[in-house]
Amino acid sequence: MAADNSTAGPGREVAVVAFAQTVHRRSTDQLSEVELVLPVLHDVLKQTGLTTDRIGFTCSGSSDYLAGRAFSFTMALDGVGAWPPISESHVEMDGAWALYEAWVKLRTGQADTALVYSYGKSSPGCVRDVLTRQLDPYTLAPLWPDAIALAALQTQALIDAGLADERALAATAMRSRRAAEANPHAQLRGSADVEELLKQPYEVRPLRRHDCPPVSDGAAAVVLAVGDTARALHTRPAWIRGIDHRIEAHQPGVRDLTESPSTRLAAVHAGAFDAPPDTAELHAPFSAQELILRRALDLSDGTEVNPSGGALAANPVMAAGLIRIGEAASRIQRGESRRALAHATSGPCLQQNLVAVLEGEQ
Amino acid sequence: MKTSDLLAGIPALAGAEPVTRVTIPARLDYTYTPGAAQSRFLNALTEQRLLGERCPQCTRVYIPPRGVCPTCGVATSEPVDLPHVGTVTTFCIVNIAARGLDVEVPYCYAYVLLDGAHVGLHARIGGIPHDQVHVGQRVEPVWREPDQTGVQSRPSLAAISHFRPTGEPDADPESYRRWM
Amino acid sequence: MSAAVNPAAVPAGPHRAVGQEPVAVVGVGQTRHVSARHDVSIAGLLREAAVRALEDAELTWADIDAVVIGKAPDFFEGVMMPELYLAEALGAVSKPMLRVHTAGSVGGSTALVAANLVAARVHGTVLTVAFEKQSESNAMWGLSLPVPFQAPLTAGAGGFFAPHVRAYMRRTGAPDHIGSLVAFKDRRNALKNPYAHLHEHDLTLEKVRSAPMLWDPIRYSETCPSSDGACAMVLTGVRGAARAPRPAAWMHGGAMRSEPTIFAGKDYVSPQAGRDCAADVYHQAGVVDPRRQIDLAEIYVPFSWYEPMWLENLGFADQGEGWKLVESGVTEMDGDLPVNPSGGVLSSNPIGASGMIRFAEAALQVRGEAGEHQIDGARLALGHAYGGGAQFFSMWLVGSERPDS
Repeated sequence: MAADNSTAGPGREVAVVAFAQTVHRRSTDQLSEVELVLPVLHDVLKQTGLTTDRIGFTCSGSSDYLAGRAFSFTMALDGVGAWPPISESHVEMDGAWALYEAWVKLRTGQADTALVYSYGKSSPGCVRDVLTRQLDPYTLAPLWPDAIALAALQTQALIDAGLADERALAATAMRSRRAAEANPHAQLRGSADVEELLKQPYEVRPLRRHDCPPVSDGAAAVVLAVGDTARALHTRPAWIRGIDHRIEAHQPGVRDLTESPSTRLAAVHAGAFDAPPDTAELHAPFSAQELILRRALDLSDGTEVNPSGGALAANPVMAAGLIRIGEAASRIQRGESRRALAHATSGPCLQQNLVAVLEGEQ
Repeated sequence: MKTSDLLAGIPALAGAEPVTRVTIPARLDYTYTPGAAQSRFLNALTEQRLLGERCPQCTRVYIPPRGVCPTCGVATSEPVDLPHVGTVTTFCIVNIAARGLDVEVPYCYAYVLLDGAHVGLHARIGGIPHDQVHVGQRVEPVWREPDQTGVQSRPSLAAISHFRPTGEPDADPESYRRWM
Repeated sequence: MSAAVNPAAVPAGPHRAVGQEPVAVVGVGQTRHVSARHDVSIAGLLREAAVRALEDAELTWADIDAVVIGKAPDFFEGVMMPELYLAEALGAVSKPMLRVHTAGSVGGSTALVAANLVAARVHGTVLTVAFEKQSESNAMWGLSLPVPFQAPLTAGAGGFFAPHVRAYMRRTGAPDHIGSLVAFKDRRNALKNPYAHLHEHDLTLEKVRSAPMLWDPIRYSETCPSSDGACAMVLTGVRGAARAPRPAAWMHGGAMRSEPTIFAGKDYVSPQAGRDCAADVYHQAGVVDPRRQIDLAEIYVPFSWYEPMWLENLGFADQGEGWKLVESGVTEMDGDLPVNPSGGVLSSNPIGASGMIRFAEAALQVRGEAGEHQIDGARLALGHAYGGGAQFFSMWLVGSERPDS
């Protein structure tokens, strides 16, 4: 698509110009949600030199069920300083989809800059139980199959199909957490070697603890800008060359859990296969899911996957997807990547997936 | 197509009653976090203090403090001990019982602007017939005694039973016009 | 305080961003709103509205490129992120699906997010749906989860808004009976709307006025019902509208505005966010005199007193004068600014859908498809929604003509 950055309207190029995240922790029980999110909001505003009244659109992602209270996002809005009143929206989804809504808004020409943020405090409740409430309320939720059990089903399907074994899973977990040693925001940093990991007991067979994400509290924020505004705000904007998301059927029983066709379809629409990425930040909370996503995205050994450590190193639910986009953008801004792919997921067993392709200035 | 027609098409289910309701109890337990600012406020209540916080930018005083000045988007941190007297800026009379609230209906739910604060504290007005509650009325908190229920050992808004009239003359409307 | 526009709220430059695809509403569907739909699941309820919208547009599921869904808090039905479970029922498999939640304004916000997908030419044709199935759980419960360090003094949304209504009455000197006039008008209008929840054929003004106070000064008769219902719209661009079997409603402006829940100096009676949102929408549409240029309004009025309050906030009346429009019959079906000819939120309130119903009813009016409650000659109509602590606003103006024609 030909981009014309000088005029408003569809086809405008949109870039990530700032990203910030908290140091993710098992619990932040001394902080309210707005106290958790405030520092990352200030961080991205400081990075860009923008103030709230110069942001054209604000969009956030969060979940009432995670917080355990209705309208929880209204309290987080205090952190934005929404005065005078702002153009603002909220998705009950991971912040990656809030970024998508903001990207659409910028593409209409109605705004030139957008602030996107999301946060997840898993610590107030038991996230394993909470996520069961995402399931079909009549036929699945009453059975309380938790997120780890569902991921175990998916992992076993992958093993049975001959596409992975427990050693490959452990290697994935080890590589993620060792990569996280260089990430000061990660919660789990460093890992024992594969032999040691395989001696550990099962959590939910075939998953061992290392195959599962940590339970995290955390927040993240991104600033988007169009065309020359982006160039003015950052010397090296991370341009979003394409972004798309797709959903699959809900019932895990009607899906081939060893594949992620919605990831592949989103990647096609985002232009991910036009050229190979050198970096991919994949939102794979479970080790087997990274293997599924690698196949769906045709990632070769030439692509560095999850240099941040990914969701296996820190998994603030509702923010972990947005963080993948932020991490990918940061690599481009630091000159460590020329073309990066970012992925976010939602729902049981990778039901819904978003893919973004980011590049530096050509 | 109606459910009964659909069922009729399946011999084994012909004549079966459609399911119109299933009750699926679900329980999730949460441990809520009031946050740093609200914790300071709640802890002060146990000492019968009304602790607000001032925004360093716009200098307005929030009670309960929300951790952040919502118009400036900056943390409030300067504590302000507010006097135990304020003005009713608006109210309603609630005639239906609130879940989880151990108060007889009807009761008066009001915004009380404490002297020196810039937002109203949401509170119940008691100690007088409802038809005598009015905007501009001066009121003061009635604290629950610690030995009565022990509530004040647990930080909670329940430390204040309600607000009652002080008997002072009504406040000058200009003093609260901007700060309902 | 004047109804003046905050200049900072209105973007400089062209009225509407250049190069946007004009957005058309070509399909509208809603369910018959009732207190409990025991005959359908949540999915069945949504599908009913969506299928009706598709039928109205004479389109099939295959014609839909993306689905945007909205609802109020997940605790209302006890399903976390229900869009995941609804993917199949809404024909969204292999398509993009977005879920919006902006409190009570969500029905309107959802439609605007869907409209932007068309305006940005990301998608050609989008299905947008909003719903609430209040009977499957308990909205009052969802609103009053027992947070230990907060006192649940409000006993529901009415208690939250009643002090603001009292402040309006005090500020304007509006006589006590205005609220009853609004409630009686909306319930009478609802008799002409087959989808409305409340059809109170034997209602009299006297019955409205003598109903008990729930949250004094709000009477039982002046509050919205609790409904199961869904609303859907099919939005498309110029080419899609050209293929549509029935007239399209064209979007002339749309905006959202938010302000914090509680802050020092908040005007609960006429929030700045509402005034700014209206100013933005009017500016986009080139409306300088809303009272004269807009033919009717579907305004989110969950408690009757909000009609005069919003008339002022939206610039249809000067500050303090809104109640006079009500009293003089201007907002009646045969007045010169009919408000809520559908019967409004006071007659049907599937919370998450209520905002979208306002948007959809505005569209039906300018399409000439509103049936018995059609306002003759409606060419420009406002759809309005608000939510949270009177802090989230979403609005659109739709017209019978293309905005660029």
